[in-house]
Amino acid sequence: MTVALPLVEQFPYGLDAPICLTWELTYACNLSCVHCLSSSGRRDPGELSTAECKAVIDELERMQVFYVNIGGGEPTVRPDFWELVDYATAHRVGVKFSTNGVKITPDVARRLAGSDYVDVQISLDGATADVNDAVRGVGSYDTAMRAMANLAQAGFVGFKISVVMTRHNVDQLDAFKAIADGFGAQLRITRLRPSGRGADVWDELHPTAAQQRQLYDWLVAHGEDVLTGDSFFHLAAFGDALPGLNLCGAGRVVCLIDPVGDVYACPFAIHENFLAGNVRAPGGFMTVWRESELFTQLRRPQTGGACTSCSAFDACRGGCMAAKFFTGLPLDGPDPECVKGHGESALAAVDSGSAPRPSLDHSHRSRPVPITLGRPAPVSACNENPLAGLGIG
Amino acid sequence: MSTDIAARAFDLDAPWRVHPQVSIRPERFGALLYHFGTRRLSFLKSPMLLRVVGSLADRPTAREACVAAGVLDADMSTYRSALATLAASQMICSRSSS
Repeated sequence: MTVALPLVEQFPYGLDAPICLTWELTYACNLSCVHCLSSSGRRDPGELSTAECKAVIDELERMQVFYVNIGGGEPTVRPDFWELVDYATAHRVGVKFSTNGVKITPDVARRLAGSDYVDVQISLDGATADVNDAVRGVGSYDTAMRAMANLAQAGFVGFKISVVMTRHNVDQLDAFKAIADGFGAQLRITRLRPSGRGADVWDELHPTAAQQRQLYDWLVAHGEDVLTGDSFFHLAAFGDALPGLNLCGAGRVVCLIDPVGDVYACPFAIHENFLAGNVRAPGGFMTVWRESELFTQLRRPQTGGACTSCSAFDACRGGCMAAKFFTGLPLDGPDPECVKGHGESALAAVDSGSAPRPSLDHSHRSRPVPITLGRPAPVSACNENPLAGLGIG
Repeated sequence: MSTDIAARAFDLDAPWRVHPQVSIRPERFGALLYHFGTRRLSFLKSPMLLRVVGSLADRPTAREACVAAGVLDADMSTYRSALATLAASQMICSRSSS
């Protein structure tokens, strides 16, 4: 029989179509989360029209992209959102969309529960209102919980609760799991990236070194019950690999289509250096995916640079490209959250203010700054120790 | 169910088909499979396995699909094991009821 390369060795060389395609439909959002990857807030006047979106869906159907992860911004505020969801599912392109829950009324929940081809992911960044709302804005916890209650009430089993891990919610992992279990939902946790507005808060919100270990141990204990979007592969350097492909899929198995049709290597890399093309150009998305110079380059064998000599390189592969880029680290160097500590020393050598800034900013012009500077939210009501959650003291 | 138990239980001489909610996308290494019901992804790790899976519904038994695709006797247990894994994840299903 044919002896093929192991699968994980195939993926770095690219696939005929992405496995995991993120499509942000709009930069408009009712919230102003402090860590927004896409610096969303205001709609961009150049966003794809309904007809252009349908043309993209036609193309995804031809490429046999099984499903798209739709996000934003808040995608459900687009007036044609449900029309586009129906169009995609009618063309056998499944939809998983991320929402803060603002439009998930009981009626909408019932409709969603009736479709095999639509999955919903509710964003929640704190298991309690204080921790969540400090990041996502006042009232956003209640909005998310109401949306989840509506979905559960409608009989939607297995929707996703999506949590970005921060310094203030690592200690709430069990509480998040309990919320998910209570709604018959599945927990998905992902990594905080210094992308978009996340660059402004990463220093104060990213988990501490001790919390990275705590997170890794928790993930190992929960195995495939908890989804991660393959986001923590840099933690594989602690020991056993986590479930998933454990590699950076940017431009190889993953990419992003943004609201104006620009195609980036991954959802965390909205910067001109990672812009591969636009779906409006002749040849459309397929040509960008299969032939763009950037993606071709990403699919060539990569060098590990300074990391190659590290004993953990085979496990972490140098970590996340976007996390390195937006913290000012070289792409062939260590991840800023390298569990061997190489990231910290590399970060210390980066000149303050020299890290690249995101190319776009659609933030609301007068956005509130809900985060309390200088004083982290208490990890629990009865623990006001200023070192709580830092894993020391 | 562990793969070992599934492999023993898998009946090569029964009629099988790809689950109606599964899409198959050929790739250079074989194919990707996606099940819209379970929302799980699987892989066919060789073009020959893709030929076997793609022809299951047209052959009276899984064994005949293997033979027609060119699987040698010596490799039959490997393919049986691969098919068992696909059955355990509902990517393929029995068509005895249809």
